[in-house]
Amino acid sequence: MPYIPLEEHLPGITGLLEYRQDSAKPIRELTQVLLRGPSSLTEGERELIATVVSSRNQCRFCTAAHTAAANVLLHETETSEAVKLDIGTAPVSDKMKALLEIAALVQAGGKKVTPAAIDAAKAEGATDAEIHDTVLIAALFCLYNRYVDGLATVTPSDPTFYQGLGERLKNHGYNRLPNGYDHLKKK
Amino acid sequence: MAHIDLGNDLPGIRGPMAYCPETSKPLNELAEALLRDDNNTLSRGDRELIGTYVSYLNDCFFCQNVHGSLAQHYMECDMSYIDAIKANPAATVLSDKMKALLSIAGSVQKSGRSVTASQIEKARALGATDREIHDTVLIAAAFCMYNRYVDGLATWAPQDRQFYVDRAPRRAAEGYLDYDLHK
Repeated sequence: MPYIPLEEHLPGITGLLEYRQDSAKPIRELTQVLLRGPSSLTEGERELIATVVSSRNQCRFCTAAHTAAANVLLHETETSEAVKLDIGTAPVSDKMKALLEIAALVQAGGKKVTPAAIDAAKAEGATDAEIHDTVLIAALFCLYNRYVDGLATVTPSDPTFYQGLGERLKNHGYNRLPNGYDHLKKK
Repeated sequence: MAHIDLGNDLPGIRGPMAYCPETSKPLNELAEALLRDDNNTLSRGDRELIGTYVSYLNDCFFCQNVHGSLAQHYMECDMSYIDAIKANPAATVLSDKMKALLSIAGSVQKSGRSVTASQIEKARALGATDREIHDTVLIAAAFCMYNRYVDGLATWAPQDRQFYVDRAPRRAAEGYLDYDLHK
């Protein structure tokens, strides 16, 4: 049970973002810019960064949610599973491997990011903007994962929940739905 | 030297913020909502202290000095008291409620999963409200982001701590929205 009273029909992050909407607004906007805004990284690639960081923070809700979003965007399920197990052997480009390695270092701590890790990404063609966005996406998910688990929000066990969430994240992105979330209440 | 060419030589988070205004805007709006908005039963000093403590635990020199100086400014104390709180909040004269909230923040710094039900119960027994517990967790989580942004890009930080103390009154007055990153 969550540590604070949250709406029962909104598990995971959504109930928290509805609990305090004035702080949720910039968090949503930041996520929308980073994961859906103009970028030379695809939306699927950016969801993989979120997936790897959430997985390493052992945040079950965020890992399942962003795995689902990545799967919907990539039209397959193999890649998201592979990057969680071993970045080095995952079926992604060498540039993406280097960026995912940077994200994994950010997850462990900002100071863990080494010049060698940055040089490796640049050698594979990563731009400064891609490295900037990778670091900030990874840092943002260190916020989300702690917010979700630090207040003990509910993690649904039904896989179809995340399938629906993944579709919503593809179709609507990270902005608050214009009419809120009352339609998700069980009838 | 920063890991990427930021196109400016601003210290700390101001470097990447000037580099990327699209993300700077919500990052600053979040700081304003969490740390400075007056619709909150935690004082600005309390909230800056939570940010300072987490930044200290994350070993982020720039953030712990910016926010430590702001806490010192709001609390009208000196930096040695802020340093004592960072080193061991329990050994200071802070309120028991703030000690309980800082303990929660310290757990969040490690991982969301480190926060225990008994820590929450203790804070509540000492008078912490649901909203104060929520804000403590979110401020601590937010600093786990800001600290990683600052250090993950290897930004530089002035080493003279007086630099931060001198800037605190102005940042307190201007807030986090719409300030000039170059001043």
